[in-house]
Amino acid sequence: MTSETPAHPDHSTDETHSHQAHGHRQSFITKYIFSTDHKVIGIQFLFTTIFLLLIGGAFALAIRWQLAFPNTQMPFVNKAFFEASGGQITPEFYTMLFTMHGTVMVFLVIIPILAGAFGNFLIPLMIGAPDMAFPKLNMMSYWFMWPAVACFGLSLFYEGGPAAGWTSYPILAALYDAAPGSGFAQTLWLMGITFVGVSSMMGSVNYMTTIINMRSPGMTFFRMPLTIWAMFITAILQAFALPVLTAAGLMLIADREFGTCFFVPAGITVNDAEPTVGGGQPLLWQHLFWFYSHPAVYIMLLPAMGMISDMLSCMCRKPIFGYRPMIYSMSAIAGLGFIVWGHHMFISGMNPALGMTFMVATIMIALPSAIKVFNWIGTIWGGHIEFNTVTLNSIAFVSMFIVGGLSGIFMAAVPVDIYIHDTYFIVAHFHYILFGATLFGIFACIQFWYPKMFGRMMSEPLGKLHFVLTFIGMNGTFFPMHMLGIAGMPRRYANPYLHEYLEHLLPLNQFMTYSAILMGAAQILLLINVFGSLIWGKKAPRNPWNSNGLEWVAPSPPPHGNFEEIPLVYRGPYEYSSPERTDQDYWPQTEHEIVSSSSTTTA
Amino acid sequence: MKRLWWIFFLMIWPVLAVIVSLLTPQLQWGFPLSGQSDSPLGGEIDHLFYLILIITGVVFVGTHIALGYVIWTASNRPGDRRAWYTHGNHKLEMTWTIIPGLILLFLAFYQMRTWAEFRMEEAYPEAAKQNIVAEVNARQFEWRIRYPAPGKELQRKPQLDDMYGVNELHVPAGSPVTIHLRTIDVQHSFFLPTMRIKQDAVPGLVIPVWFEASEPGEYPLVCAELCGWGHYKMGAKVVAHPPEEFDEFMKKMHQAQFNDGFAAE
Ligand code: HEM
Ligand SMILES: [Cu+2]
Ligand SMILES: [Cu+2]
Repeated sequence: MTSETPAHPDHSTDETHSHQAHGHRQSFITKYIFSTDHKVIGIQFLFTTIFLLLIGGAFALAIRWQLAFPNTQMPFVNKAFFEASGGQITPEFYTMLFTMHGTVMVFLVIIPILAGAFGNFLIPLMIGAPDMAFPKLNMMSYWFMWPAVACFGLSLFYEGGPAAGWTSYPILAALYDAAPGSGFAQTLWLMGITFVGVSSMMGSVNYMTTIINMRSPGMTFFRMPLTIWAMFITAILQAFALPVLTAAGLMLIADREFGTCFFVPAGITVNDAEPTVGGGQPLLWQHLFWFYSHPAVYIMLLPAMGMISDMLSCMCRKPIFGYRPMIYSMSAIAGLGFIVWGHHMFISGMNPALGMTFMVATIMIALPSAIKVFNWIGTIWGGHIEFNTVTLNSIAFVSMFIVGGLSGIFMAAVPVDIYIHDTYFIVAHFHYILFGATLFGIFACIQFWYPKMFGRMMSEPLGKLHFVLTFIGMNGTFFPMHMLGIAGMPRRYANPYLHEYLEHLLPLNQFMTYSAILMGAAQILLLINVFGSLIWGKKAPRNPWNSNGLEWVAPSPPPHGNFEEIPLVYRGPYEYSSPERTDQDYWPQTEHEIVSSSSTTTA
Repeated sequence: MKRLWWIFFLMIWPVLAVIVSLLTPQLQWGFPLSGQSDSPLGGEIDHLFYLILIITGVVFVGTHIALGYVIWTASNRPGDRRAWYTHGNHKLEMTWTIIPGLILLFLAFYQMRTWAEFRMEEAYPEAAKQNIVAEVNARQFEWRIRYPAPGKELQRKPQLDDMYGVNELHVPAGSPVTIHLRTIDVQHSFFLPTMRIKQDAVPGLVIPVWFEASEPGEYPLVCAELCGWGHYKMGAKVVAHPPEEFDEFMKKMHQAQFNDGFAAE
C-alpha cells in the first residue's frame, strides 16, 4: 500500500469535461509544443514516431526493390534521388539504406513509440497520478529526440552516409578510410545514438520514480496492470544498460576524432592508408554494444507484452491467466537478458568456451517467453471474445511472437548458428518479433487507447482492412526469409545473385518484394484512420471498452491533471466476469466492494 | 459467419507456413546446392538443425492448434454466458514451466559436442591439428591466400618461398584441414555455405578454422560480415583436390610461382 497522496490539482467539478479543465490557462506553445503534460508529450511522441515509421518503411522498400530487381531503376523515385548513378541503387547507397533502416526503426520508432508514446501516456493514468514525477524532464526527453533526428538526417548528406549497419562494428566504423560511409557521417551517427540514449534515460528515470512514488492510494504493486509492470521493468533495463552504450559510443567517437585506439589494434591498413598504431580490440565494441542491445531488444518488446496482456484480458472479458507468473516471467526475461549478449558473438572470435555458457542462458530465456505465450492462450481460453481490430492485432501478436521465439532457439544453438549467423534467417527472426509482435501490438494499442487520447473512436472497418492487408503482407515478406537464410543467403548483400548458389532465389525475393509493397501500401490506411478519426471519428465515451483500468475513469480525453478526484483503488485490474458482480461483467478498480449485488456504489 | 471468417483468416497462415516448409526442399529453397552438407561437421549441424526443426515444428503446430481452439470456443460463447472466471491454475503453470524447461535444457546440452569439435582446440580432430594448409588473409574485397612451400610448415611471418593466391583456396579432400584466418583491414567472415562453416576474421587475431571437404570439387566461399560497400562481391571458392593429386598440384603451383624464365640450376 502506498500512503503518499499525490499532488492534486485544484479545479471545480463543472469544468472537468472540457479540454480547458485546468485552472490556469496556457498559451498554445506551452500547451501543445513545450508542454509538460505527460499526455501531450505522449501524443507528440506518437505522431513523431509514426512519421519516422514511414521514413524507415520507405528505406525498407528501397532495400526490397534492390533485392528483387537488382540494379534496375526504381519507379517514381529514381529521377529525384538517383540521378547521379543513372537511376540505380549503388552498393554504397544500399549499405546506407539498410544502416538507416535499422537505425530509424530501432532507435527512433520502436523504442520511443513504446516507452515514449505509450509509456508516457499510460503510466500516470493507469496508476492514478496527475502527471509524471518530473514533468520538465519528461518534456526534455521528447525534445532530445530531435537533435538525434537532426544528426541522423544530416549524416545522410555526407558521402556514403553512415554505412556500417545499425550495429556499427569497428574497424569499419572506426577509421575514416574504411568505407565511403565511414567519414564524418559515422561520427554524426554516433552522436545521434548518444542523443536518443539521453532521451531514453530521462524517460526511464522518470518512469521508475513515478511508478514507485506516485501510485494512488490502494494501488499496491500487485494491483498494477501488467502494462505498468512491463514499463517498470523496461525502465530498469534501460537504466542499467544504456550507460554502457553511451560510454561505448563516446569511446568510438574518440577513436574516430581524437586518435584514441580503444577498438583499433596495431598494424591495420585500410585502403592503403598508414597502418594504425593500435592497442585496442574490436571485439570490445561488440561486447559493449550487445550488452546494451540485447536488453534493448527486450526494451522493444516487454512494453508491448504488457499492453497486449491488458487488451487481451479486456477483449476476452476474462481475468488475465496467471497474473503473477506473467510478472515473474517478465522479470526473468529482464534478468536473463543481461547475461545473454554473447549470443550475437558466437562466431565473432571471442573465447569459444563462452559460446557454451551464452548458449545455455539464451536457450533458457525461451522458457519465460514460452510461459507468457501459454498464459495468453490461457487468457483467451473460456473467454468471451469479440473480433474487433484490437483483438485481431493482439492475436496476431501472440501468433507472430511464437514464430520469433522459436526461430530464436535455432540461433541460440551455437552449432546451428555457425551456419545461420548473419544470414537472412536472423533477419526473419527479429522481424517476426519486432514487426510481427511489437508492431502488431502497437497497432492494437493505437486502436485501443485512441479514444482516451483524442476523445474519438477509430474506424473499425478501416482498422480491420488495415490489419488484413498488413498481416498478409507481413507473412509474405518475412516468412520466406527463413528459407533464404537456410539457403545460405547472407544479409547486407547489395546483390546476392552475383553468387551462383544464390541465383535461383531471385523469384522468391521478388515475391517478397511484392508482399512488402502491399504491406507498405496498407499503412496508408493506418494514416487515414489515425488522422481521419481526429475529425470524423465517433465521439468516445469515458469507457468505450468496459475496461477496469484507472485510465478509463478519467474523462476522454483527460484534462490537465487527469482525474476529477484522486482515484481510490480497491482491487486488481482484471476482475472481468466476476460472479460476485451480476449487474455488469467488469468491475473497475475504483469501485467499492458491493455487498448486495444489485447496487453499484462508486467511491 | 463473420466469426468463422476471422478464425479462418487467423489460422490459415500456420497451415500455409507448414505446407511451405514441407515443400521447401522440393522448391530448392532449402540448404544450398545439393541440399546435403559437403562436410562431415556440416552433417552434424544439419542433424541438429533438423532436430530443432522437429521440436519447434511440433511446438508451433501445437500452440497454434491450442490458439485456434481457444479462439473458436471463446467466440462461440452464447451472448448471455459469461466468460470463465479464473485467475490461473498453479498446476498448469508448473507443468508448462517444467516440461519446456527440461526440453530446452536437453537441447542446450545436446549441442555442446559439435560446438566443441568445431571451435575448442582440445576437441579438434587430430588430423586438423597437423594439416595446416594455408593462411587466409581477408581484405576489402578479396581473399588473399598464403601457402607454405611444399614440405614446409606454415609460419606466422611470411617466408621467402611462400606461395600466394587470390580468391581460390586449394585443399585436399577427404581429411580435415586447418587454415589460419586473419584480416588486413576490417572484420570479414569466412563463410563456406555448403560446408556450414563460418568464422569471423578479426583484426589483430589469428583464428584457426578447420573444415573437411568430403568430396573433391569446388565450393563457394563468401563473406558474411559487413566489410564495406563491396561486401557482396567477396565471392571466392575452395577447390578440394583428390588427396593423391594434392601434393603434386602444390608442387606445380610452386614451380609456376617461382619460375623466373631461366632453366633451373
Ligand atoms: C525466445 C527468445 C529469443 C531467443 C532464444 C533469441 C535468440 C537470438 C539469437 C541467438 C540471436 C543472434 C543470432 C545471430 O547473430 O546469429 C538473436 C538476434 C536477434 N534477436 Fe533474438 N532471441 C529471442 C528473442 C528476441 C526478442 C524478444 C527480440 C526483440 C524484441 C529479439 C531481437 C533480436 C534481434 C534484433 C536480433 C538481431 C540483431 C542483429 O544482429 O542485427 N530476439 N536472437
Ligand atoms: Cu540478443
Ligand atoms: Cu564482407
